[in-house]
Amino acid sequence: MGDKALGVVIIGAGHAGGTAAALLRQYNYEGPITMIGDEPIAPYQRPPLSKAWLKGEADADSLALKPQSFYADVAIDMFLSTRVMKIDRVAKTVSLSDGRQIAYDFLILAMGARARTLPIPGADLAGVLCLRSAADAESLKSALGPGKRLAVIGGGYIGLEAAASARVLGADAIVIEREPRILARVACQVLSDFFTDYHRARGVEFEVAAMVEGFKGKDGHVTGVRLGDGRTIACDVALVGVGAPPNDELAREAGLHCENGVVVDDHARTHDPAVFAIGDVAWRPMPRYERMFRLESVANALEQARQAASAITGRPVPPHEVTWNWSDQYDLKYQFAGMPFDADDIVVRGDPAAAKFAVFHLKGDVVEAVEAVNAPAEFMAGRQLIGQRRPISRVRLADMTVSMKEVAA
Amino acid sequence: MAKITYIEHGGAEHVIDVKSGLSVMEGAVKNNIPGIDADCGGACACATCHVYVDDAWREKTGKPSAMEESMLDFAENVEPSSRLSCQIKVTDDLDGLIVRMPESQH
Repeated sequence: MGDKALGVVIIGAGHAGGTAAALLRQYNYEGPITMIGDEPIAPYQRPPLSKAWLKGEADADSLALKPQSFYADVAIDMFLSTRVMKIDRVAKTVSLSDGRQIAYDFLILAMGARARTLPIPGADLAGVLCLRSAADAESLKSALGPGKRLAVIGGGYIGLEAAASARVLGADAIVIEREPRILARVACQVLSDFFTDYHRARGVEFEVAAMVEGFKGKDGHVTGVRLGDGRTIACDVALVGVGAPPNDELAREAGLHCENGVVVDDHARTHDPAVFAIGDVAWRPMPRYERMFRLESVANALEQARQAASAITGRPVPPHEVTWNWSDQYDLKYQFAGMPFDADDIVVRGDPAAAKFAVFHLKGDVVEAVEAVNAPAEFMAGRQLIGQRRPISRVRLADMTVSMKEVAA
Repeated sequence: MAKITYIEHGGAEHVIDVKSGLSVMEGAVKNNIPGIDADCGGACACATCHVYVDDAWREKTGKPSAMEESMLDFAENVEPSSRLSCQIKVTDDLDGLIVRMPESQH
């Protein structure tokens, strides 16, 4: 870089933004790097907030992506508790909530997503929570414990992980889901049935195909969830986990092309060559499936952080990855890879009743996605098979006496 | 506390003091050492913190769990000395540990 480099400005100090900043330095970017985040703390890992952290098995230090001293050590300027009010793509500046203006050569948008709120009566009562930030997790944790009752609205991963953690902490938990089954948007029926049974056996109750009409409260604090059929589910705390829309408003106002998130190419670059978008906020290509999609996962945030940092430092585009994610509930390690967009059939390998199995989603004889419970070999081999698009034998895949190495050979 | 030497695939060496209780992976990631990605943050879910433990240290670092072994089975360029560095807890006994990194974690 020349002496006159204005540098890289990163909006968002989450997993994506923090990783992009660190990678730029790792890739020997020498210009100024400025990262702006609206939370009061430096980048940290969000996945443990509903898992190990909620159960008290991880502390704030272990959540931090890097030690506090790191950012100053490698000359990454961080503005925390600060918002970006406006992006001016012509002047190449961003305006901050403290009145400051910062110029950039490259801008990385990493604003993430926010927890969707429910526009229903009582949603503003104390004790109606969401789970996105460390502060949210702190509120939830302090509300849980023996004798407490948690009502989870939304049977997705966040809700199920929170319910599992609540049970471990001695609280009661009930999951209320609008669809006829939990995980309806993100997993197949076999997995829905498995997780329902596993949670029920550990004391979690379920209300499926249930509409939530509002929250009841007393003295400003939630006391129950009112359902469409007139019943009220009593609770001490309610967690709303019904999805997370992208924080793409700044990009829209700046005239950047947005769909469900900021549209980028396989270098995480928007149609403005100086502007990138990474992580939960990006509407990105998925070359394996020949379509665009918005992914909400650490793997996606890191892959796109690598893409953007590589582009800015003139490195080749990193190889495409097969998307994957994981969830920890009780003693279950659930790992999944790929997307079953075009799948026409499933093959179950192993025994759900033994809590060790995998569901492969196939299109013809090609694996499109895999969902694995306590089955790391199936997950790892599945991920490779998805990327290779190589046909396999369904009979051998379903046969536990044939190892995954042999299936994939 | 243990002094750990991380050797990149290209040969660059990083000698780092890592606090006991952290994992060998955390020692690298928190110090921004290239070559260990640790995408899942230490949940043993991704196999992107693969290292080769120096032969002299293989006994002291112990054996991988069944879970770790299954993950490693499908990592790239696996050798008998391969471990997932998120699963090696640092203790004073590991002072002097040497780990090498594979060409790629992805």
